[in-house]
Amino acid sequence: MKPAPFEYDDPRSVDETIGLLAKYGDECKVLAGGQSLVPLMNFRLARPGRLIDINGVESLGQIKIENGRLLLGAMVRHAHVESSNEIAARWPLLHEAIGWVGHSQIRNRGTIGGSVAHADPAAELPCAFAALDARFHVLSKRGPRVLRWDQIFVSEFTTSLAPDELLTAIEVAPQDPSSGVAFVEFARRHGDFALGGAAVSITLARNGTCSDVAIALLSAGARPVRAEKAEGVLRGSRVDETQIRHASAAAVEGLRPTSDLHGSSEYRVKLLQVMTERGLARAAQRAARHAA
Amino acid sequence: MELEGIGASPLRKEDWPLLRGEGTFIADFKRPGMVHALVVRSPFAHARFSQIDGSAALQAPGVIGLITAADLPDRGRAIPIRIFHDETANRYLQRPLADGEVRYSGEPVAVLIAESRYLAEDAAELLSVDYEPLEVILDPDAGTVAGHLVVERGDIAAAFSQADEVIEQEFRIQRHAATPLETRGLVAEYDPASQTVTVWGAAKIPHVNRRILAQLLGWDESRIRLVELHVGGGFGARGEFYPEDFLIPFAAIRVGRPVAWVEDREESLRAMNHSREQVHRVELALRADGTFLGLRDTFVNNTGAYVRTHGMTVPGLSISMLPGPYALPAYRGEYRSVLTNTTPCGTYRSPGRYEVNFVRERLVDSAANRLGIDKVEIRRRNFIREFPYDTGTLFDGHQVVYDSGDYPRLLDKALEAFDYAGLKRWRAQAPPDGFKRGLGIAFFVEKAGPAEREYARVELNATGDVTVFTGTASVGQGMETALAQVCVTHLGLPFDRVAVKHGDTALIPEGMGSFGSRGAMLGGAAVMGASVRLREQLLERAAEELEAAPDDLVVTVDGVAVRGTPSRSVPLPSIAVEDRFVCELLGFPYGVQIAAIEVDTATGAVRIHRYAVAYDIGRAINPLIVRGQISGGFAQGLGGALFEEFAFDANGQPLAASFMDYLLPTSAEVPDIEVLITEDAPSPINPLGVKGVGEGGTAGVGGAMANAVADALGVEVTQLPLSPERVAALASA
Repeated sequence: MKPAPFEYDDPRSVDETIGLLAKYGDECKVLAGGQSLVPLMNFRLARPGRLIDINGVESLGQIKIENGRLLLGAMVRHAHVESSNEIAARWPLLHEAIGWVGHSQIRNRGTIGGSVAHADPAAELPCAFAALDARFHVLSKRGPRVLRWDQIFVSEFTTSLAPDELLTAIEVAPQDPSSGVAFVEFARRHGDFALGGAAVSITLARNGTCSDVAIALLSAGARPVRAEKAEGVLRGSRVDETQIRHASAAAVEGLRPTSDLHGSSEYRVKLLQVMTERGLARAAQRAARHAA
Repeated sequence: MELEGIGASPLRKEDWPLLRGEGTFIADFKRPGMVHALVVRSPFAHARFSQIDGSAALQAPGVIGLITAADLPDRGRAIPIRIFHDETANRYLQRPLADGEVRYSGEPVAVLIAESRYLAEDAAELLSVDYEPLEVILDPDAGTVAGHLVVERGDIAAAFSQADEVIEQEFRIQRHAATPLETRGLVAEYDPASQTVTVWGAAKIPHVNRRILAQLLGWDESRIRLVELHVGGGFGARGEFYPEDFLIPFAAIRVGRPVAWVEDREESLRAMNHSREQVHRVELALRADGTFLGLRDTFVNNTGAYVRTHGMTVPGLSISMLPGPYALPAYRGEYRSVLTNTTPCGTYRSPGRYEVNFVRERLVDSAANRLGIDKVEIRRRNFIREFPYDTGTLFDGHQVVYDSGDYPRLLDKALEAFDYAGLKRWRAQAPPDGFKRGLGIAFFVEKAGPAEREYARVELNATGDVTVFTGTASVGQGMETALAQVCVTHLGLPFDRVAVKHGDTALIPEGMGSFGSRGAMLGGAAVMGASVRLREQLLERAAEELEAAPDDLVVTVDGVAVRGTPSRSVPLPSIAVEDRFVCELLGFPYGVQIAAIEVDTATGAVRIHRYAVAYDIGRAINPLIVRGQISGGFAQGLGGALFEEFAFDANGQPLAASFMDYLLPTSAEVPDIEVLITEDAPSPINPLGVKGVGEGGTAGVGGAMANAVADALGVEVTQLPLSPERVAALASA
């Protein structure tokens, strides 16, 4: 469990980083918190010829709020988000999702950008960002790009980032303060990657019907899944037990998550349905409380 | 002054260096000029090979040497069984390196020695072996039989023909294992001047392993020294003689430099003994009133690709201990221990018993349900009442005779202490929506000892400092503290003046080590013997000098004085006394575990409401350590009940190859448990009255948890682990 030989660079600025990426492209890998990449390298399942360690790029480590929009630098640690009262108050779904990420040691080291770039469909942040319709800021010597979640996440462990591109920040729009949110998941042990989960946000109109809803599913496919059909079931309707049941059934239609040691595909589908149901119920309860 | 002898709970002597980060585990240990070994392992579960081409690997940077079977004496001598021999099994022993055929994924094929582990791993990629894959056998029913035993007593046919009811069931226990926090590791150094080799990193049984190493090298034992450092857990697996225990010293002798090998987790999960995998087909014959008439069991024990040092220990203990605490007029047990293309197996905390406690206690609950008898009552009705009780079976040549016990008394005490009536009320209350509640109970008999003898030497010097030398080993269980307390009680000097030395074959002439919960029983009795005789000698000498009767003397660190006249005293002399305690019998502590759980029927998650363990251990030397042993043991038992499983794909590749997939319970999954320690049945087979305490926390967890889930869902639970998917399926059945 020792990595294969690799070269190492330690840039201090974004400019320097994208310069190195332009120069080495394919043969290098960006090292952020290292919570996934380093174990993969130790197993020799990943063998980058060169590591570009961006832990020294300070400008990437900031949380900013501009015009009501949240901007998370790619090197912001999970723990930094977790301890932000501002984020807990204004982006509660993100706050709740972070709490499910690994263990505190992992959250101290792991970064928001690293989680996105690693693109594990069982990771909480990509799922939460899908529910939040986040935007992803990408930079290379060729210029900047801004991607939607469904543009950046391609498949398991695969993003649309080009080899010379660096993810610099994730942007989240302001949330309706009256909405109710819930992030629920089921794992075999505390801190494990979930077998199934759901990120839910519900906003209720004055008459109690659902004016807006977002449901994203965790560990449901090769990348985060937005349960659009389920959202359609709820939008404009009352959010009661029956509707939640219908929506949850619609959410898992056509899903075929991969079977493994910890759960078959059939079991995982059932779990996703249960998690959606529980997430919707909790979010609806919170939304109703805000409305009251 | 409080001396802190037997029955006190002083803080552990072991903990100071560990808590201050001053421990020396094998990966901390360095020698000048040390190089690193990498064991190259088979990627196939079963394959033939004719050639290992190391030419490119030997040219790689930093590589010092390569060892294959061709380099070993007799191409590698088989590692012998050390406990529970079996003639058939002797045909299937493992050699240090595969020679032409590999039989499990992870089998050692070669050893690369390099300046660093990094360089060794780089070079290993250049090693070429012409593997030709062969058919892989994983199904234990299809495996070659390496050991077979039938035990029969009473008229089993008559028992079944007279039965009002027969409960028949197949039970499966999954493969899981010890996985101690510290993986194995060794540093070996050859001294050409004295032609001796020293091996650091021994654990559990240093003297036994010195003998085996001598045998495999063809050396006299006197040329070998084994030294124990701090040991981060053993649990049966760590410290046995494995291929590496030969290969690393052999490599050091060959390259003439100190050689280090520290097992990484990936190899540990494939290389260290697995355990527990059994399939039982079992029948219980009963009268309508719940009286047991007979028990018949045929089981298969998957022992993996080779028979390792434990021989037939695991199935042997299963066959002896299946009847447990119940009087059975007739019993027939039969095992086949079979070979498959999987990691070889050995013992794991409560070996053979964890498995059969699950089988028997589930069967008893099924019987209670079928006959409409209360689950506590059916157990009480069938308890063994007379002791000693001969089970009529042998364990490795030792008669399995329960030494002492009062099972109904422990049961009553446990029900009272844990408010079982309150738990039943909780069980009857309406659970939260979507949940079901269950209550499970498992009564069990454990076994402790023997390994027939143990050595101790107690040395007193004139300053009042005492050193205890023991042939037992420390695997983190608190042995130093417990043995010091035994010495304190019988010598009469305070705890903080007693040091305990162990685990160095140069310092201690003989020893059987620490396993099977034997340390306190055998090691403790030897320390007691030496301490008692040392005190006698001390008093005799002083009595002569002071012209007083020994009974009138007081021993303190300042000397021996006449009671009430401190001025009439003599200083302490330097004396050393040895003792060898011999005991062919086994001790049988017993316990009951109670689980109160809630099942989330939609997800299959099992949530523990309360968990309690009552354990009669004869006598508690240090109640705090006993409590710790029980709690830690429970955590491992819970791992087996809910989480841990070594599964393989169809090609014999392990699916749980890291701690991401091999699910050890963490502190978030392990609740606080309630513990009741009783001392109602001291053991008559040793002078301390103690029975081993290491395994009772583990023993009953599979049974109690399975019974609780079965109770919650109203179904039969026949398979471990109780994974969420399995439980969800049971809930919707």
